[in-house]
Amino acid sequence: MEESSTRTSVDELADVRTGDKADTLILSVFPRTASDYEFLRQHLTESKVADHFGSASHQAVTRVLMPELPGIVFQLPGVLGGGVTGSPTLDGHGKTLSYHLLSLKLP
Amino acid sequence: MKQTRSIRLGAGAGFAGDRIDPARELAMSGELDYLIFECLGERTVAAGQSRKLRDPAAGYDPLLLARMRAVLPHTLASKTTVVTNSGAANPLGASKRIAQLIPEIFQGRPVRIATVTGDDVLEAVKATDPVVWETGRPVSQHTEPLVSANAYIGAEAVTPALAQDPDIIIAGRLADPSLYLAPLMYEFGWENGDHDLLGAGTVVGHLLECAGQLTGGYYADPVTKPVPNMDRLGFPFADVNNDGTAVFGKLEDSGGILTTRTCSEQLLYEVGNPAAYLTPDVTADFSAVNFKQVAPERVAASGGRGSRRPEQLKVTLGYRGGWSGEGQITYAGPRAFERADLAGTIVKKRLTDIHGIPTEDIHVEFIGAGAAFRGLDLDKNAREVRLRVTAQVGTEEEAEIVGWEVESLYTNGPAGGGGARKSHSEILSIRSCLIPRDLVPTEVHMTEVK
Repeated sequence: MEESSTRTSVDELADVRTGDKADTLILSVFPRTASDYEFLRQHLTESKVADHFGSASHQAVTRVLMPELPGIVFQLPGVLGGGVTGSPTLDGHGKTLSYHLLSLKLP
Repeated sequence: MKQTRSIRLGAGAGFAGDRIDPARELAMSGELDYLIFECLGERTVAAGQSRKLRDPAAGYDPLLLARMRAVLPHTLASKTTVVTNSGAANPLGASKRIAQLIPEIFQGRPVRIATVTGDDVLEAVKATDPVVWETGRPVSQHTEPLVSANAYIGAEAVTPALAQDPDIIIAGRLADPSLYLAPLMYEFGWENGDHDLLGAGTVVGHLLECAGQLTGGYYADPVTKPVPNMDRLGFPFADVNNDGTAVFGKLEDSGGILTTRTCSEQLLYEVGNPAAYLTPDVTADFSAVNFKQVAPERVAASGGRGSRRPEQLKVTLGYRGGWSGEGQITYAGPRAFERADLAGTIVKKRLTDIHGIPTEDIHVEFIGAGAAFRGLDLDKNAREVRLRVTAQVGTEEEAEIVGWEVESLYTNGPAGGGGARKSHSEILSIRSCLIPRDLVPTEVHMTEVK
């Protein structure tokens, strides 16, 4: 386990729900407090999320801020790898992948 | 059109395989005006078409009869209208089967069943040859057989059925939120031009359409987000006002929770652009939606808006994509990953060298060592690893070979392999295209069971 006093994992600041549209992975992030939202708005950028999801996310990742809810929505096109006949992966929908984002350390 | 101030919509199912008892409880004591079952995914409708090709009487949701048997005695007694898209690939066949069921479970008055058809656009798609999104090529330039094409039809296909005093409405590929929007449009007299009201109604539909996902399902985490009594998770209902605002609730003795956070999570579920969520009815805007906890297990929602609906309708295309074969086997203890890795290598080599399956069509995963995260977080020290090998092949016979090769590791593979399982299934690949609205005329068929 990585020890760091200055870095925080997304898990400590927010909940994440995964959705899918064809081979696009949608990650919706729900900060627990107003200050968590502000911190995540600043540090949980498109490029951080793209890096965390590795080579599968080479297409442009987009981010939409929902300050009133508050929430942050990421779209990761191509991650689910639908291909010609759908993904052979056990979790083809990528429903488990919300918990992969929780392990990302910031800033 | 009626002039009602508030109506209560209940969520009876959030997907084809959903639980039945929460719907029965809502039907019994939810005091609902409408009980709505969303039972259709992209793959489900194509799978239904595939079943209908083998048996013309089939093609609707296999659980439809069990659901109706559980709720209809209550909804018919209380004049709650049931609306569902579980007609899937055969709405008329589904209605016929329900009509046969009615005399067994309800007497006393005639029962009216409305069937909505028109979403099956296979012939229109073949004739107009639209471009397929995923491939960028016209439909005709694909070699795999196209078995189904179903357009996402909207609430306006259902409102004419609601005007005929139905007890049950059965549709096929009716869009998920439209199932809920249709009763609101009918009861409140909302028109296609009332964009903000349709946007607000779509928020209600979107929140209810996954049923238990609003009340703690797909949300619970025993450490960060505990949810009580999930074994009896209650499905939600909404009291919707004629201005589009709503209060969401669940039955008092049901399990689960209903909070602003469960609502927020569901609002953004499967929504790529919350400012422009496209449905057949409206371009809905969720960005100003606001939730307020007004009582325990009661959340008020407001702020849904909308603008003009898309010009064209989305179509789900189902193609026969060959067969998928699968085998799994477990290794545990010291060097579990190394043994699973060796086993995967052996199976892959035999599938290519002996059985002639191209290596790029074979997929190897290590369950327990990072398969879920697709190798992004591989744990080679896992104490238990389950090898999963799948291959996409042309025939059922080839598909069976995949599981067989995994099973034969018992006596020919690494030490301590156990719990081998094999399976195979036909692949339906799903793609999408658009079709002009005027090529998708819908129709209502009324049946009365006396």
